[in-house]
Amino acid sequence: MGTFSTFDIAGSALSAQSLRLNLTASNLANMHNVAGDPAAVYRARQAVFQAARDPFGSVLAGVDVLGVIESETPPVERYDPGNPQANEDGVVYASSVNAMEEMANMISASRSYQSNLEVINTAKDLLLRTLSLGQV
Amino acid sequence: MESVLGIHEAALSFRARRMEVLAANLANADTPHYQARDLTFSAVLDERMSAARHLAVTDQRHIQIDPLASRETLQYRMPHQPSLDGNTVEADLELARYAENAVSYQASLLFASGKISQMRTALTGSR
Repeated sequence: MGTFSTFDIAGSALSAQSLRLNLTASNLANMHNVAGDPAAVYRARQAVFQAARDPFGSVLAGVDVLGVIESETPPVERYDPGNPQANEDGVVYASSVNAMEEMANMISASRSYQSNLEVINTAKDLLLRTLSLGQV
Repeated sequence: MESVLGIHEAALSFRARRMEVLAANLANADTPHYQARDLTFSAVLDERMSAARHLAVTDQRHIQIDPLASRETLQYRMPHQPSLDGNTVEADLELARYAENAVSYQASLLFASGKISQMRTALTGSR
């Protein structure tokens, strides 16, 4: 852990939160997707976070993205025989993305992104001041 | 140089370390089961004082232990409002502590640069 580990820690959070924001965008964009087969329909995706361990055994940690999971919520079945994607029974399966949930997630990710950015800016200011210590 | 800057050098390293700890808390504000941690000034001071009492370096092969580097001074935070996912980070409070720590860091920097300009005045006289 050097002087600049604040940047590594907050930087890992920035990338994790931006992934979360991208997933929200993807979920909202595919909210109205339908398919004739329940297995083929779009499912909401969420990032899973885990505290990252420093390889040198330090207790301080940034954040790691463990992976992206797909929602287990079953797709919504709808009778719509006019739809070109309907199966032989005239049924389409709509994606079960919850718009409210996604908006709440988006706000949370954006707030976290902002606070980590503030951490980086403050740390940068302090380090620049430390570098100019003793200069007239 | 350490004797010139006096205690401010140690204060700066404490503030820098605490900055990292608080940054780690904020980075993990959305991580399930993450336990927020913090350094308290008195804990570090106690450890430094007891290290000064008990671990005297009487031989040049003895190893000095830096109290800031040890894990024992890091303590877990008691959350005001615990959340269901086991995360104890309260982002707004952490941000407030981070800001407070940054101001203290700047204060230590100011004192340290004051020491340096004192030395400069002493060296150059009234010129």
